[in-house]
Amino acid sequence: MESVAMTQPSIGADATTLKETTLIYRQSRWTRLTHWLWAISLFFMLLSGLQIFNARPQLYIGKQSGFEYNNTVFAIGAENTTTGPRGYTEIFGHRFDTTGVLGWSGPAGQETSRAFPSWATIPSYYDLGTARVVHFFFAWILTATLVVWLVASLVNGHLRRDLAPRLDDLKRLPQDIIDHAKLRFHHTREYNTLQKMAYGGVLFVLLPLMIITGLAMSPSMNSVLPWLNEVLGGRQTARTIHFTVMLLLVGFFIIHMLMILAAGPINELRSIITGWYRTDPPAHDDKPAERSV
Amino acid sequence: MAKFQISRRKFLTGASLGVSGIMLSGCDAFDSQLGMGDGLRSFLENANSLTYRAQRLLAGRDALAPEFSEADIRQPQRPNGVTAPDDDTYKGLLANNFADWRLEVTGLVEKPLSLSREQLQNMPSRTQITRHDCVEGWSCIAKWTGTPLSLVLDQAVVKPEARYVMFHCLDTIDRSLAGEIKYYGSIDLIDARHPQTILAYGLNGKPLPVENGAPLRVRVERQLGYKMPKYLYKIELVDSFANVGGGRGGYWEDNGYDWYGGI
Repeated sequence: MESVAMTQPSIGADATTLKETTLIYRQSRWTRLTHWLWAISLFFMLLSGLQIFNARPQLYIGKQSGFEYNNTVFAIGAENTTTGPRGYTEIFGHRFDTTGVLGWSGPAGQETSRAFPSWATIPSYYDLGTARVVHFFFAWILTATLVVWLVASLVNGHLRRDLAPRLDDLKRLPQDIIDHAKLRFHHTREYNTLQKMAYGGVLFVLLPLMIITGLAMSPSMNSVLPWLNEVLGGRQTARTIHFTVMLLLVGFFIIHMLMILAAGPINELRSIITGWYRTDPPAHDDKPAERSV
Repeated sequence: MAKFQISRRKFLTGASLGVSGIMLSGCDAFDSQLGMGDGLRSFLENANSLTYRAQRLLAGRDALAPEFSEADIRQPQRPNGVTAPDDDTYKGLLANNFADWRLEVTGLVEKPLSLSREQLQNMPSRTQITRHDCVEGWSCIAKWTGTPLSLVLDQAVVKPEARYVMFHCLDTIDRSLAGEIKYYGSIDLIDARHPQTILAYGLNGKPLPVENGAPLRVRVERQLGYKMPKYLYKIELVDSFANVGGGRGGYWEDNGYDWYGGI
C-alpha cells in the first residue's frame, strides 16, 4: 500500500497545459490514528491542565514552594487597584496587566479572580477534582498512543524512512528556512528538515518530557524513582518544566495550524485523514531550481 | 470521482468547522457531562483505578518517600484546609491542652484502644523530614515526629477481614442539610503499615500546632495532602467504606477527588 500512487490529470493555472499531479499514499493508518488520538488527548490535557494550574497559579524553582522566601518565577493573580480589580501575570518579577484574560476574567459585570479564563479550562467552572480525572484519563491515552506509534513506526519503517535525520537534512536546512519564510512549500513524499525537527522534537523530546515531569510530581512515583526529582531539580522545578513544555506544545500547535493553512489545508488534512496526499507536479525543465528534493 | 471529491471536501470543511466550533464556544461544552455521577465522568473515572493499580504495582509495599535534610526546612509548614476548628468539642479539648483528648481505635480490631497523648508519645517514635505535596500543586518540606501507625494497629490487633483504616476528625470541613460534616478519610492497610506512615504529634521539633492538626494528624508520605487528616480522634478499622459519608472513602473523595491520591 505504501508505494501505491495514482496519477491523474488536472487543469493547472494555465488552462492550456495539462499538468500531471500525483496522489500518493503518504500516511499509514497507524500514523493517522495516533495523530488524531494525540490531538484529542492533548486538547483535553491542555484544558484540564490549565484548570489544575488554577488551583495554585504560581510556579517555583526548587524542591518546595517558597512561602517565607521567594523562589517564584511565574504567577498569575488579581489585585485591587484604585480603578477596581485587575488581573496580572508576573514573569521573573516583571508584572504585566492581563485583565480580561489572565487573573481577572469573566462575562462583563461577573468577572472573577481566576488564573486562566473559564473558556480555556475544563470544566469551565473551578473544579480541581474533575480536572484531575480528565487529565489522568487522557494521560493514559496519550502515553499508550505514544508507545503504539513508536512500535508501529519502527515496524512499518515510518521512523527510519520519514523521521530519521540524514546528512542531507543538514545540507538543505538553510534552503528550508528560506522556503518557509517565503511561505513557499514543496509537496513531496518526504518531510523537509524543519518538519522532521518539529515532529521529532514533539515526539521524542516534548511528549516524553511531559510524561517524565508529570510522574516526577507524583509522591508515590517519587518513592519508585527518587532520583528523578534530583535530576530535574526538585518537584517544583519539575512542575515549572511541565508548564513550560505545555507552552512549547501550544507553540507547536499554532505553527502546525499556520503551516497547514499556508501549505494547502485540504491536501494536508486529506493526507492525515485518508492517507492520500497530492504531490507537486514534476518541475518544468526551464525551472530546475524549483525541483524539490 | 468528482462527486466523491466534493463530498470529501465537504466532510473536511464540516469537520474543521465542528472542531473550531467546540473550541470557540469554550469548554463549558463538557460541563454538563462532568458532574459527579454523570456518564462521561464515570467513564473517565475508570482511569483512576488503573492509575492506582500502576502505582501499587510499581511502588509496592515498602518503597520509601524521599527524605530531606535539616537544611531543606526553610519555612514553617504551610497550613491548609481548616486551620482553626470552630467546634465546641475541639475548643474544649484545646483549652485543656488536650489532657482529656483520646485516640479511639475501634472497628474490626480484637482489642479496641483509647490512648492518651502521653501513651502515644511513650511508644517508639519515628522522625522524618519529608515533602508535603498538596493536590493544589504546592510543596513544603518539614520534620514530622510521631508514632508509627503500624505499632498502634499491632496493639489493637487488626482482624483479618479489615481492609481499610478510616480516620475520623474533630474539625467541621463543610455543612450539609444533614448537619455539620467532620473531616474523614481512609487509607488501605498497605499504606497504614508503611514504615513512614505515622500519627504525628510533633512538627519541626515542637508540638504539632493547631493550624497543622493538633493534637494528632496522619502522615502518609507517598500520597497527597488530602490523604493526611488533621485533628484526629478516632481510627476505625473497616472492611469497606461504602457506608461512610458519600461512600467514596473520604470527604474530598466524596467531592470528586480520587481515593488513592498518589499523583
